[in-house]
Order: sequence, then C-alpha cells, then structure tokens
Amino acid sequence: MEILVCIKRVPDTAENEIEVNRDGSDIERDDLVYSVNEWDNYAVEEAIQIRDKVGGSITVVSVGDEDAEEVLRREMAMGADKGILLSDNAFEGSDGEGVATILKAGIEKGNYDLILTGAQADDGAGQIGGMLAAMLDWPYASLVNIIDIVDDKTIKVGREIAGGNQEMNEMDLPCVLSIQTGINEPRYVGIRGIRKVASMEIPMLGVKDIELLSESVGKSGAKVKRLDYFVPELGEGAEILEGSTDEIIDKLTELLKAKGGIK
Amino acid sequence: MAERKLFTGGEFLVTEPRSDDVFAPEEMTREHKMIYAAANDFVKREIDPNIAQIEEKSEALTRSLLKIAGEIGLNGTDIPEEYGGEGMDKISTGLVSDVIGGTASFAVSHSAHTGIGTLPIVYFGTHEQKKKYLPKLAAGEWVAAYCLTEPNAGSDALNAQTTAQLSDDGKYYLLNGEKIYITNGAWADIFIVYAKVDGEKFTGFIVERAFPGVSSGVEEKKMGINGSSTTSVVFKDCRVPVENVLFEIGKGHKIAFNILNIGRYKLGAGVTGGSKMTIAEASKYANAREQFGKTIGSFGMIKNKLADMSIRTFMAESIIYRVAAMMDDRFRTSAIGAKTPATENAKMLEAYAVECSIAKVYCSECLDLCVDELVQVFGGNGYVAEYPIERMYRDARINRIFDGTNEINRLLIPGTILKRALQGRLSLFDEIQKLNNENNVYSFDPTKLDAALLGIQKYMLTTCKKILLISVGAAVNKFLDSLAEEQEVLAMMADIIMEIFAAESGLVRAQKHAAAKGEKKAVYHIAAVKIYMNDMVPKVVHWAKQILVASAEGDHLSDRLAVVNKLSAYPPVDTIKLRRLIAEKVLKTKRYPF
Repeated sequence: MEILVCIKRVPDTAENEIEVNRDGSDIERDDLVYSVNEWDNYAVEEAIQIRDKVGGSITVVSVGDEDAEEVLRREMAMGADKGILLSDNAFEGSDGEGVATILKAGIEKGNYDLILTGAQADDGAGQIGGMLAAMLDWPYASLVNIIDIVDDKTIKVGREIAGGNQEMNEMDLPCVLSIQTGINEPRYVGIRGIRKVASMEIPMLGVKDIELLSESVGKSGAKVKRLDYFVPELGEGAEILEGSTDEIIDKLTELLKAKGGIK
Repeated sequence: MAERKLFTGGEFLVTEPRSDDVFAPEEMTREHKMIYAAANDFVKREIDPNIAQIEEKSEALTRSLLKIAGEIGLNGTDIPEEYGGEGMDKISTGLVSDVIGGTASFAVSHSAHTGIGTLPIVYFGTHEQKKKYLPKLAAGEWVAAYCLTEPNAGSDALNAQTTAQLSDDGKYYLLNGEKIYITNGAWADIFIVYAKVDGEKFTGFIVERAFPGVSSGVEEKKMGINGSSTTSVVFKDCRVPVENVLFEIGKGHKIAFNILNIGRYKLGAGVTGGSKMTIAEASKYANAREQFGKTIGSFGMIKNKLADMSIRTFMAESIIYRVAAMMDDRFRTSAIGAKTPATENAKMLEAYAVECSIAKVYCSECLDLCVDELVQVFGGNGYVAEYPIERMYRDARINRIFDGTNEINRLLIPGTILKRALQGRLSLFDEIQKLNNENNVYSFDPTKLDAALLGIQKYMLTTCKKILLISVGAAVNKFLDSLAEEQEVLAMMADIIMEIFAAESGLVRAQKHAAAKGEKKAVYHIAAVKIYMNDMVPKVVHWAKQILVASAEGDHLSDRLAVVNKLSAYPPVDTIKLRRLIAEKVLKTKRYPF
C-alpha cells in the first residue's frame, strides 16, 4: 500500500509559551522551539504499522519553508520511507484551501492508495483533510481512531463519536483520513533511524514542479484573511489564576473549597 | 570545513588556536541535532512524568527506563555497531549525557551504566568479552556498575585491599574484598571490579552478579540522588573465570584511570545539562513570582543571578563540546572500534586527561553555583520539600565528589601538565623561558590589539596565559621536585588553567558564531564573553600573585609582581548593562539562552 502522510512543523506548545506579537499580526516567533505537529506524528505511526503489516511504502509531505525539512527528516527517522517538501515563495500566506490545493497538486505527481493527515494542527483549523478529499473527489473520514485494512480495495475505519461511543465504517480506497491522537502510541525516533536518514535527499518541489499557477495559492489566492490575533478580554465570571503551577493549584483548591466545589 | 588541528593535551596553554581548530556547539551536524531531539523526547515522555517514582528508588522502573533508552540507542553511543551499539562520536555521547543530565537520579544510574560501567569493556575488553556483554548493556537488558572505591581506598584508589588468587587448576580467580559507594550496587548484573592479584598486581575483572560469592550491602542513606542505588558490594571467595580478566594482569590502573578520564568528561556533560535545567526553572519562577507589585525577574539582583548562571553554563557547554571534538579528532586518527588494541585505546583516553579533569571540575562547580542561586531565586519556596528545588540542590552536591573529587582533579590538572612538560611532550618550559628572556612586557596597548571582534578579550586571554606561565615558572624554580607537596599552589594553578580553558572555549565560540551569523545574532554570546573575561582577569591575577609570593622573594618577586601588574591593566566593561541584556533574554525564552 502506498501511503502519504501530510505533516506540519509547528511551534512546540510543550516547550514554548505562545504569545501574541505586538501588532497582533502573528504570534511572537523569536526563540520558538518547533516540532512536528502532534496529531501528524500519530498519523505517521499508524502508517508505519499499516506498512509493516501489509507492505508498501510511506511518503511524508509538508508544505512550508526549508525549516520544514527537519520534521520530514524526523518522521523518516521514525520509519517513513520518503519525504517531499513542497516549498515556494508563492506558497506563503496560503489559506486552508491554498494549502489543500498545493497538497493536491503534489499528490497528483505520485500514486497513493491512502492519505493520512492529523485531525488538526496546534496552529491550524483542522480543515486540510476534508478539503483535500473533496478536491481529489475521494472518500473522507475525520477524527479516525481505528484503521483495519481489509484488502487492497477496502478498509474499515473507526471514529470516536459523542458520549464516548464508537462508530465503524467501511470505506473504499483510495481515501483520505484525518487521524486522532490516541489511535496508537507513536514510537521513539532511534539513533539508528537518525543515521539512516541524516544524509538522505529530500526533494523540494515548487509551483512549476507541481504545475500550479502561482496566483491560485499563497497570499494572492487566499480567500480567508486573518484580521487579528489577540488575547480575549476577561468575561464576567471568569478569572485567570496566575503564578507557578503549584501556586495555581493552591489557589484553585482554595476557590473550589470556598465555593463548595470540593469539601 | 578545514580539518581541525590535532592538539596534544594541555597544548592550549602554550598556543593560540585558530578558531577553525576549536569546535563550537553551533556547529553540530543535522545528525547531532536529531540525536539531541531524540534524547529530549525520551526525557520528556519517560522521565519527567516519573520523577517522583524514580525518587523512591524503584529498581523495576529504572530498569524499564534503561531498556527504553536502549531501544532508542541512548545507552550505546560509545559501543561499536558490531556489538549492538550505535558507534557514534563523543559529541553524540556528550549530547545524550547533556539531555539526560537534568534528570538527577536517573542520570546517575544511566551514567554509571553507560560510562564507567560499560566503557572498560568497550576499550579494554577482548572480542569475546565484548561479544558477550556489550549487546546486553547497550540494550539496557543488563545493568553495569564500577567497583573501584574501598573503605581505605578512596582518592588513593591504588591502595585497594581486594585480592584475587588464581585457583589451583588455573581456571578462575578467587576474589575477596569489599567495595563501597557503588552506584547501581544493588541493581547491577555485572561489575567492573579492581583487585590485586597475589595481593600486589592491580587488575580489572568483569564479574557477573550470578557468579558465586557476590553480594550487595544495604542501600546507603544519602544527601541526594535518592532514586539511584548506592551500596557496598562484597566479594567472598567469588569465583571469576580467568577469561573475565580485563586487559592484562597488573594493568588495572591503566583501565581505572583512563576510564575515569572519559567518565569525567561525561559527568561534565551531564551536569551542564543539569545547569541548563536550573536556568529554566529559575527563569519561569522569576517570571511568575510577584513581590512589591512586580515580577521578581524585573529586579536587578535576580537578573544578575540569571545572567551569571547562564554565562557560566555557556562556558561549561563550550568546554564540553570542544573536548568532545578533540577526542573525536584523536579517535578518528586510529579508527576506533573493535579492532583497536587496548593499549592504543589507553593512550587515546589518556591524551586529554587534563581537559577531562577541567570539564569535571568546572562543570560540576557551575552546577553548584546554579543550584545555589536557584534556591535563592525561589527564596523560602526553594527551601521547602514541596518544590523540587531543594532536591535539585541536594542532588547536585555529589558531582564534586565522585569520579575523583574536585581536589584530586585540581592536583591532576597542573600535575599532568608538568609531568608532560618534563617528558618533553609539552613545550611549557620553552615558553616560560621565552617570557623570561623577553624583557618587553606588554602593558595594555590598544594599537596592538587584534582588530577582530572581542580583540581586547583575546588579548587579555593571551596575557592570562603569560601570567600563568610566569607564576608556574617561579613555583617550579622554588619547589623543584617537591612541588607535588604544595597542594595550595597547585590548586591555584589549576584554577587559572581552568579559567583560561573556559574563557578561550567561550571566546572562540562567540567569534565563530558572529562570523557565521553576524554580530547582531551573536550579541548574547559576545556579552557573555565580555562579562566573563572582565570578571576573570582579577581572579587570575590574585591567584598568580599568591603563587608568586609563595615561590619567590626579594627583587625576583617584585620584578614578577610588577610584570603581572603591567600585563593585567585593561579597561573594565560595563557588566551591569550586559548582564541585564542576557537576563532579559533568559526571562523571555524561559530557558538557557544560548
């Protein structure tokens, strides 16, 4: 089975406190530590497990600048076979539809049976999987937490639904799935894997390589434009506790006790 | 990149290295960065959430963590691939130690296992010994320990009383004796044990716990690192097959001391990681804690602490990776691996004994400065057990004691340098002679300065080397063969030597970073070096003068003091402003800022 996993390099929320920059146009990006988007990491692990069971190969793809190469290489060290970086100045400022358009053009250069994305990204809107499926005219399932390969035409796909209930579906291949965290336990990147991929070439493809019109993507093609980034004003009845984690816990415990929440 | 010059140990005192000859952490390869990230993933996912349980001295937990580390490859960076390891360079080993170093008790268990527990077999084992033991150690399936210390053989390690007697049939040795303060003592599956064959020939052995006659004592009640196992290990008529003799009969000291060299380097890397963690903790707290209506991080004296912790750690980190690259360069010249004869390995491990001792002393004292200031930043909250800070303070303290006390290492640093100078391996006396002949002692003259960035600092570093040589020359002249008895003088020499090595490592690093990324991006590196050199020169002058007054008198003394005074005149730097600059960066990033 030929599997493609779409991954993204995002600020690591475990390593950084995200702050809005001064003019509200973006977050403060100086000194941020980046990593692979957590959901995408689960998707790659799932792809590795499928490949190891039924054979085939895994390609990881990312839309981003040259720095995105580091997350592609990380996922290759984890077990993906190939990486593709879709990168071009013309891609900058793309909205969700733009990113999906770029991915679709990249996907059409290959031949895939199954496409996985993370259900959402730390800094995203969770829209790529669905848009991509629509553009490719492939079936789509979101928030997937179980995948069973039936044969090379069909898979069974489980989704967690409200109230902790589970849904199972049968789907035709090729299809697009967005993967929920918790579907598996992503493996560690080992030193042996790192050594294998450290000097591997990762092709970088731009608008010409994937036969796109520059105007259709990037800033010029974007139909959704971000107006502002800000920290919302405190609403009534809301209080933000400040201090170290321990201080916050102490304050919270006191508050809950005072209001009768705990005894 | 141009090939780095292969330095001999201690050569930094008598040469001025080109910047291309000194490795800086900013030059890590992609592979190195990925290894760092992989180790970091392991710590974040497996260690951080389990700190409290590890602290309860859980053998099962620590073993399972060592196994996971083994799967990732974090136990085997020094083990050749053919024996189940990763066969990586010393920079990679340093990176793994650096990341795991922040985990206190686990770091101690891991380091004793992968360092002094495993490396004797890597460098001194036979092919059969390596084949038998290394794959299990790399995988974390077996845990290793190092048994050198005895009740009457601590710093005086060769005074061991443990004996080994060959059996009548010549098939095994009978070991008898007691080793104390053994890290991993209750958990280890194999022990590297030193014993005297026939009561005199100091020899290394690989002893399996399963051999008859091995037992561990009770767990020591310790000041810190309570999640690690420390016990005595007793050998009573313990039968060790002759094929488990390590290296050669009577050559145990070659193993013991050379393995300690690399153990010291690894310890330096680990405590540097620990220092980085204290900076992150202090910074987060300084950002959150408010007094007088402001976060305490906005106060100058707290900023001062954050800056000092960061600057010292910057130098420590610069030392660690410089030494790692030096060792790598040397190992590369003889294709280290299974086939390298143990005698060659001994020579290679010995080459940078001075630099390894510096790494151990400098970096462990850096960590102690950091944990001390960390407690101070936390105030009362740093003193109560409810916060992890007091544990970090206690955990740090052992690092100045094990792997050779900092006092023993302070004796080794000038001792080894002087020994090599006498053997003609280091042109120390020629350089001293040159200084005596040169009557032109340079007072501070800006026109003579290297026009490059940090030119004054570079100039001051050169003068510090001259000041050292002048004082060493006087001491050697006065004490001759009895210099070894003058511990106070030797310790001051060691302090000057360490400061020079640290400052040079940081200075070259800052210059290289500025050359690669531009001065603007290197502003914090540059500030760190300016502050460090500004504060270091008076200390060097103080120690040098103390050595001089202990070593010379009359005109001889006053001439030399005058020379030192002239050499050490330089314009002071506004370090208050620069420290604030660094502190602001620490407060903003909430971590080690370099």
